[in-house]
Amino acid sequence: MSLTGKMRTGRIRIPAEIWTLAALLVLWQSAVSIFKVPEILVPPLTLVVREIVTHADFYFEQSLHTLSNTLAAFVLSVVFGVGLAIAIVHSRFLERTLYTVLVTLNNVPKIALAPLFVIWLGTGNASKIAMGVMISIFAIVIDAVLGLRSLPPDVIDLGRAMRGSALKILFKLRLPNALPSIIAGMKVAMSLSLVGAIVGEFVAAQNGLGFVILSAQGMFRTDRVFAAILILALIGTALFYLMELLERVLIPWHESRRATAEPALITTAAPPLQSGPA
Amino acid sequence: MALVATTRIDGAAPAAERPPAIEIEAVGKVYQSSGGAVSALGSVTLDIRKGEFVSLLGPSGCGKTTLLRIVAGLEHPTSGRVHLHGRALDGLGFVFQRDVLLNWRTIIDNVLLPIEFKNKKPRAYRERARELLDTFGLRGFESKRPWELSGGMRQRAAICRALIDDPELLLMDEPFGALDAMTRDQLNVELQSLWRNSSKTALFVTHSISEAVFLSDRVVVISDKPGRIVEVLEIDFPRPRSLDIRDEAEFGRLSRHLRGVLERYGAFRRA
Repeated sequence: MSLTGKMRTGRIRIPAEIWTLAALLVLWQSAVSIFKVPEILVPPLTLVVREIVTHADFYFEQSLHTLSNTLAAFVLSVVFGVGLAIAIVHSRFLERTLYTVLVTLNNVPKIALAPLFVIWLGTGNASKIAMGVMISIFAIVIDAVLGLRSLPPDVIDLGRAMRGSALKILFKLRLPNALPSIIAGMKVAMSLSLVGAIVGEFVAAQNGLGFVILSAQGMFRTDRVFAAILILALIGTALFYLMELLERVLIPWHESRRATAEPALITTAAPPLQSGPA
Repeated sequence: MALVATTRIDGAAPAAERPPAIEIEAVGKVYQSSGGAVSALGSVTLDIRKGEFVSLLGPSGCGKTTLLRIVAGLEHPTSGRVHLHGRALDGLGFVFQRDVLLNWRTIIDNVLLPIEFKNKKPRAYRERARELLDTFGLRGFESKRPWELSGGMRQRAAICRALIDDPELLLMDEPFGALDAMTRDQLNVELQSLWRNSSKTALFVTHSISEAVFLSDRVVVISDKPGRIVEVLEIDFPRPRSLDIRDEAEFGRLSRHLRGVLERYGAFRRA
């Protein structure tokens, strides 16, 4: 059994990831009680869970705020990021200008721009979404440009031999070929969108988990801070697995997904007629 | 130059009387490289008749692939012109050295790709795609992905893709070069019967003498840089040809002759 494999307990198979996380939570709880850590520094897990359960409605509402801003930023990043990448790949001029600007901007610590967005867009959702887009769009653009450019020359020849229009080549060849790269960018962009939303809430907000953390910190309600962080960890993990699922659905053909595929060897003289797979 | 008598046994009209499918007029190609201009192709003039199977034979890098790509419209000649006649204008089948199957498509969807590119309905061609795959021994592999097939099967699928829209013109760029000898022999036989049954014009690039002699009506020998036609040899073995003809004295004589021509023009010097 490999470490990353699945452990067998009775008849139910529990992934090793769950075991690891459960062990971590047990460690948290026991370490706090054994070493008698003051609640104001690290509250025990049970206290944090009780805080979440007793104020379930409140936390649910705040989570929804953060989550919706995150997803809005993510979707905008994907749409505009892929769009920009297509434009950059198809235009020498845009490659020299826009792409250069984007790469330069990417090197600015974007969190430093958060106060600007509040000035421009106010303290509502718009500034949080803008912050999320600002942080995550680069991952999409850079990975998508890389993927769109990496179409092998003979695939382009294939498209041209079929007398394909530029649009056909883009949608039937270039985009599907770039999909693994774009999804890799989307995975990064998803977690960065969450970072962007939280940073936006840190700077100015009346709601959201970032706001909960900041206001609880002001009142030394460490249990509330931990409650919000625990929920954020759950949201982040859920979003990560959502992207894994998306990857599985969109590119089942990719090398990384071919668990059972045999390497295609150039050895078979004649294929067995009307038989099963090679 | 004809080395053997030109009476055709299979009853088809003599090649010279059929209308031309491809006219190559003084085509030349010069590449600009960092070391200055490199002439890949001299001045090549060649007429290919409708329904003819012509091989371009020459050493690696002699410009035969460049000539094929110019005919296909993938590259522009620096000088001269290529005329395509008939339906070849709007559709030709091209088989590449690499199979260039798309991993995100199943085998049958790969075969149907040209149909989608021509804005026709793939559904109307599914049956034909299935028949083609059947002919090439790929029945049962329609919904497999390319990586699940062997090299020979992949190249078969690539040939099916080139044929799906029934092009008049089939261009092949060393399609069997990456395959082992046995698969290659078998595909040569399959390609011959396909070509015989479909009356396509075929232009076939290869550096294998026996492959060229086995398949062709005419073998065009191209010399090294710049590529020029140094010999056109008619092959008059009756069709269908079996692999056994390679053991006949006449086959050996033609092969030796071609090897001699290639040697004279420096094909083996750099080997």
